[in-house]
Amino acid sequence: MPALDSIATIAVAMLAGSLRVSTPFLFVSLGECLTEKSGRINLGNEGVLVLGAMVAYAVSFETGNPWVGVLAAAFAGMLLGGLHGVMCSLARVNDVAMGIAIMLAGTGIAFYFGKPYVQPSAPLLPGIPFGFWLESDRFRNALLVSPLFLLGVAAAFGLHWFLRTTRAGLRIRIVGDSQDAALALGLPIDRTRLLATACGSALAGIGGAFLSLCYPGSWNEGLSSGQGLMAVALVVFARWNPINCVYASLLFGAAGALGPSLQTVGFTWGYYLFYAAPYAVTLIVLIATSHGGRSLRGMPGQLSIGR
Amino acid sequence: MTSRSGLSRRTVVSTLGLGSFAASSLLPTAPAQAKDTTVGFIYVGPKDDYGYNQAHAEAAAVLKKMPGVKIVEEEKVPETDDVSKTMESMIKLDGASLLFPTSFGYFDPYMLKMAAKYKDVQFRHCGGLWTKDKHPMNTGSYFGYIGMGQYLNGIAAAYATKTKKIGFIAAKPIPQVLINVNSFALGAKSVDPSITTTVIFTGEWSMPVKEAEASNSLADQGIDVITCHVDGPKVIMETAERRGIFACGYHADQHKLAPKGYLTGAEWNWITVYKQFIADAQAGKAPGNFVRGGLAEGFVKMSAYGPGLSAAGRKNVDAVKAEIMKGGFSVFKGPLKDNKGNMVVPAGKALPETAVELESLSYLVEGVKGSTS
Amino acid sequence: MSDATYPARRTLEALLAPLLALMAASALFSVFLLVQGQSPLDFLDLTWRGAFGSWFSWQNTLQRAAPLLLTALCVALPGQLGLVVIGGEAAVVLGGLAATVVALPFVQMGPVIVLPVMALAGMAMGGLWIGLTGYLRARLGVNETIASLVLAYIGLAIFNHLVEGVFRDPASLNKPSTYGIGDDNMLGSIPFLEVHPGIPVGIAACILCWVLIYRTSLGFAGRVAGGNTKAAQLQGLPVARLAVGACVLGGACAGLAGGIEVAAEYGRANASLAAGYGYTGILIAFLARFNPLAIVPMAVLLGGLGAAGGLLQRRMGLPDATVQVLQGMILVAILASETFYGRVRWFQPRGAA
Repeated sequence: MPALDSIATIAVAMLAGSLRVSTPFLFVSLGECLTEKSGRINLGNEGVLVLGAMVAYAVSFETGNPWVGVLAAAFAGMLLGGLHGVMCSLARVNDVAMGIAIMLAGTGIAFYFGKPYVQPSAPLLPGIPFGFWLESDRFRNALLVSPLFLLGVAAAFGLHWFLRTTRAGLRIRIVGDSQDAALALGLPIDRTRLLATACGSALAGIGGAFLSLCYPGSWNEGLSSGQGLMAVALVVFARWNPINCVYASLLFGAAGALGPSLQTVGFTWGYYLFYAAPYAVTLIVLIATSHGGRSLRGMPGQLSIGR
Repeated sequence: MTSRSGLSRRTVVSTLGLGSFAASSLLPTAPAQAKDTTVGFIYVGPKDDYGYNQAHAEAAAVLKKMPGVKIVEEEKVPETDDVSKTMESMIKLDGASLLFPTSFGYFDPYMLKMAAKYKDVQFRHCGGLWTKDKHPMNTGSYFGYIGMGQYLNGIAAAYATKTKKIGFIAAKPIPQVLINVNSFALGAKSVDPSITTTVIFTGEWSMPVKEAEASNSLADQGIDVITCHVDGPKVIMETAERRGIFACGYHADQHKLAPKGYLTGAEWNWITVYKQFIADAQAGKAPGNFVRGGLAEGFVKMSAYGPGLSAAGRKNVDAVKAEIMKGGFSVFKGPLKDNKGNMVVPAGKALPETAVELESLSYLVEGVKGSTS
Repeated sequence: MSDATYPARRTLEALLAPLLALMAASALFSVFLLVQGQSPLDFLDLTWRGAFGSWFSWQNTLQRAAPLLLTALCVALPGQLGLVVIGGEAAVVLGGLAATVVALPFVQMGPVIVLPVMALAGMAMGGLWIGLTGYLRARLGVNETIASLVLAYIGLAIFNHLVEGVFRDPASLNKPSTYGIGDDNMLGSIPFLEVHPGIPVGIAACILCWVLIYRTSLGFAGRVAGGNTKAAQLQGLPVARLAVGACVLGGACAGLAGGIEVAAEYGRANASLAAGYGYTGILIAFLARFNPLAIVPMAVLLGGLGAAGGLLQRRMGLPDATVQVLQGMILVAILASETFYGRVRWFQPRGAA
């Protein structure tokens, strides 16, 4: 039955694709989620992602240890996110616009210093072979899961717990929901947001490290195709819930695998349109979950995109 | 192409139906003094992409060491009016007298416009679009027939594949790409007619994540040899190596990226062309207007064999290569059907690499899985 | 009248703040170059020569600035209403495609017919595309920044699909394109000056938009809605319609930019249209603080940086990303300079003492 076989192929490809492609979306959306919970938006995470990818690859190449590269990427992300945080704490500075500036600066710096690292091959993070017991190479490879993916899932649960139950998490939520309440409680608004932005960008930096050290596992200037920006959209449809970020990222990764897998079973028509499937999915979800102008459930009240 | 031994200017300057035209194109335009010739190279992508742009930049790097030549380069110039301005800037501000805009889309209208404006500057475009009587004499084009290289890649792939399924990752379904896909498939089928080639179009010349995803999709399908036609094959070669499948290179030598799985590769050897052009310019002659060549002319070369290719495979590739070097070899020979069952080359007809028909090729041959629209 | 000089002082403040920011960014960038062992003076000299040093350099600069004037308006007009729309790129490419395809049946009738048809078709398509973002925002509450971004990706996919599919001229072998509008119908550059025809159109559009925003009641209503949505609604202003209208108008500008690029440069629609004009327009609009008149100098500034970029690569061996680093620094500095408005007493309105 060729039709059934094709469908099975596509299904496996989408499953494998979602595990492979989702991790950068997961990290950036978690970082963005944390930042937005404090009431600020950071479009600069696209720049952080690219810078993180470059730094991770360069450091892994220079030190021979990819985990040092991951740490360096997180650190670079933290610095760039910190810059965003500081700039946005100045009065009257628009966080959406500043995010675009940070995106440009981060990408520029990554391209500038990344030139010498396009050619060399750096040591990558090895995957964990969960499918070692399987016969089929296809399934074995589909279950070759990057440790960063597991770290990302763990981070999602961790962040969920942190925001929900800890004192610091509560403070972040108050600062994000109501400036007046935060002022009344005497919470340090700017400092909270600065920390949330810097830590959020550190996560986004790790997302970049995944691109260069896990999959596709190489540094070059075309590496990011807007994953950092799309992650901002993912947060909206994850309803600012870290656990939902995991599902949203997996869905997005699976939609991204649709285009190539359709072609391997011989369906070539309209490949541009199928490659755009993740964006179409995002748009549909955004529209389907819209509330006619009212603010969305879970959305931090101080978020500029909500006003 | 009439092939003679050696690499004299006459063999290099092939003129497709205008056999003696090369001589008449030697218009004395450049000044005859032996002062530095400034040559401008323009690339559409980064110079170090392990692919198309690097192949040109490597040649430019060799030229830099030649006496009496000054090279100016600019990378990542889009195929918009930006490239006209880059050319003009090289002419006006750097004093360039010979320009090589290397990307396909630079030719029309940008290079033609600049050529009309700066009549004493020589423009040579990589892509093979120049037509006598239609385009100015201070312009010209050069290109290599790399399809033969992909044919040899296909033969190598046939010896390496165990599943009898091989794959091709292509940017767009345009003639230059389709010739390569078909050549690769026909090369493999010349060894074992049961081999199928699956093609994936990424739609973009450079999109690493999609290319990696396509490589994995192919590997998931049990395809165990892949090659490609995208601007920078680095990610594809590395992904193939990680998946433990074989790969054939394209554009430049990529054996370092896949030390275990690299079989061989079809590479450009632009230095042959550029050296000739510059020698002409320095001698005060206009460089050839319509320059093309393949393996035999040294425009294209093959990578050294990798460990994955068996002795029998090497022997066969060597034998076919020797045949190609003799000249007159045709990959597209009738009877040949496309993958929809239509006869595309009738029995008894053969299309050598210089055939005009190939320049508007729009089909995939029998045995290729995929479609062009 | 107690404070006659306040308008002049306010203008001075609006000029000084970005100028200081520009100087700060230059200083920071100089340090960046010095650390690399490069000379900032060489950089400045080459940038000047490449961007403004000769008439050729000016042509080069203006050439690059031409489409940016219109794509910046695509961000600035919705920006006046407090909307951040970043999907102008799709309006440019789809506008260019629509302008070409709709004009094709008329190519025999000469440029008098073809060019207006192209302009209208480009504007309609661009207006429709960005208008969709405005509609999603105003009626459904979908965030416009994200919606426009997602729609930009979708629009580019549709563009590629159509250009390489139904609208493809089979003779465009290795660079898939639509059929051409014909050389006779193309928009030539301005006689003697050899400047891109998009420049006068773009400047005219900027002036018109400025008049609309600052000199009409409609523009005033829009600015009120942008400043305080709730207050505007209480005043009975049609906030949703204003938002959609600003998006449609902005999208029409970007679509027109695509149409002009086709009419002036390519003669046909193909992938060259997707050259990032829409994205650079975002920077310019923010640099200009959404003021249409300020877009003109800012577009020239960024056009000039682009024009000098090649010379910097060739003479100083700097990577192409250098210009991007500088752009990023300038944008960060200028956006940060927002914070200085209202901080210095002297610039503030003085009450009758």
